[in-house]
Amino acid sequence: MEQSLERTRLQRIFGSDIWYSFTHNPTAIFSAIVTVGMILAAIFAPWIAPHDPFDLATISIMDGNLPPAWSAGGDMNFLLGTDDQGRGILSTILYGARISLLVGFSSVIFSMVVGITLGLVSGYVGGRTDALIMRIADIQLSFPAILIALLVDGVARGLIPSEMHSEISIYVLIFAIGISGWVQYARTVRGSTLVEKNKEYVQAARVIGIRPFTILRRHILPNVMGPVMVIATIHLAIAIITEATLSFLGVGVPPTTPSLGTLIRIGNEYLFSGDWWITIFPGITLVVLVLAVNLLGDWMRDALNPKLR
Amino acid sequence: MISFILKRLVQSVIVMLTVALIAFSMFRFVGDPINNMVGQDTSRADREALTERLGLNDPFIVQFGRFALNAAQGDFGFSYKFRQPVNKLILERMSATLELSFVSAVLALAIGIPAGVYTALKKKGFLSRGIMTLSLVGVSLPTFLIGILLILLFGVVLRWLPTFGRGDVVAIGGWTTGFLTVSGLKSLILPSITLALFQMTLIMRLVRAEMLEVLRTDFIKFARARGLPDRAVHFKHALKNTLVPVITITGLQLGSLIAFAIITESVFQWPGMGLLFIQAISDVDIPIMAAYLVLIAFFFVIINMVVDILYYAVDPRLRADDA
Repeated sequence: MEQSLERTRLQRIFGSDIWYSFTHNPTAIFSAIVTVGMILAAIFAPWIAPHDPFDLATISIMDGNLPPAWSAGGDMNFLLGTDDQGRGILSTILYGARISLLVGFSSVIFSMVVGITLGLVSGYVGGRTDALIMRIADIQLSFPAILIALLVDGVARGLIPSEMHSEISIYVLIFAIGISGWVQYARTVRGSTLVEKNKEYVQAARVIGIRPFTILRRHILPNVMGPVMVIATIHLAIAIITEATLSFLGVGVPPTTPSLGTLIRIGNEYLFSGDWWITIFPGITLVVLVLAVNLLGDWMRDALNPKLR
Repeated sequence: MISFILKRLVQSVIVMLTVALIAFSMFRFVGDPINNMVGQDTSRADREALTERLGLNDPFIVQFGRFALNAAQGDFGFSYKFRQPVNKLILERMSATLELSFVSAVLALAIGIPAGVYTALKKKGFLSRGIMTLSLVGVSLPTFLIGILLILLFGVVLRWLPTFGRGDVVAIGGWTTGFLTVSGLKSLILPSITLALFQMTLIMRLVRAEMLEVLRTDFIKFARARGLPDRAVHFKHALKNTLVPVITITGLQLGSLIAFAIITESVFQWPGMGLLFIQAISDVDIPIMAAYLVLIAFFFVIINMVVDILYYAVDPRLRADDA
């Protein structure tokens, strides 16, 4: 019984319009491969990285500032060169992408949970609750997300004793980026909820006495998730950029667990002495990752919105 | 029209009060203001005297009222780190940020709108496709990375342009300007391109999308059927009707230029408000953060108001609704 249900679900995926659109769009396939590839590389970084950049026993300052392997003075051990402390750039990128993706995904999920919850409540309950939530959303929306993230980060720094900063700064960062992005979700979900709640299946559920919470979770939520997935994909790209920017500005993750943004910040100090690889390779990784996610989001928006075809 | 402006004014005041409340709560509850102002060896009596003098024992609402009144007059107290009045610190740096944002805005509009119109009219052209692909890369490039790449190319490899600071500035009254010296103008080039690039791509893609939408409508087909020359159809009929959404987004984007200037200023060590703000975050210098927040909110409120009023000038339908 359970198995046959699973099979029909798989069949439903492969028979769907979305799957058709995906398999007939080379850009979407390519960007999906790049995105998944980078996520896998980041997850398995400890196994595939040629060196452990945080194991002080294996890094040597004698290997510092080596250029990439193919240029004069390069070392085959360090394919993309080394930074000032002799850490291989390839290894630090793999570990850095891990932090970047971790913060990116976590803050997107945080935004989603907050935004969807508030959007559902706002749309379903209506009245004053709705007005209050939407006014807050309006005010927040009139400021750029990066500014909100910076402020939340700054305030959190003030509230937390400084000796704890480096331990929990990654959670602070996730919270700051997450809280700066909930409005888009809330607005979209609220709009869809307003439409769905007057449909017959919701009225039927209400008539047979199902609790509002269950109606929201089991009946309305699945029907408003389409646009949410599009926003989430594009938001992931924005969250990764925001994390990199905050880390670059020196208010993100601490240098002990560098993300791609931190690596670019470290390399930036060596730009003028000609050691371009320390900055450029993490930079390229960041751009490729963001571009792939953006392209995926673009495709998904077109595929889920028949009006644009 | 007047009732509309009044309504917007009331809304703006509410927004400003909300932001002021947030700023005040930051000042009052994040860290201890007294500890941040005095040294370790200040006696308890002195601390209490200071608390009393600053009115920190008054009820919350009285304190907030005083804060809002002072803020409205531009008084945000003293910076914890610099031991100077916050408004003086910000005023010294405001001209740098505003000049940078202004040049970037002009750049973004002057290139973004024509490029958008061009790519919409010559949809299948080779150049259009090139521009569109470049713009997608532009959206994915974080601002700070654009800055670094420009510094690497024009500052380190080619050595054509300065990559650091504002160059020589001329003081006119309280305003310092880099427009009047050669080194000032040269220093502006890289930061303003960095700051403009993202907004430029955004404006271009928006104008293109709106143009394509309008070009499909019946009145454009009718204009063509009347035998009007392409030039008249494209610019008098089509472009004019794309302007409403373009003004909205552009207006909001101009506001975010000032915010994104934080990043550009850090990359180029541009001595503006953004650099001050980012240092304040690292140092937990709350008065500067609070003042910056209120100031930016003020800019946004003003820009939003101007945008809304501009609608009336651009879209006659809104005027008809009023009557």
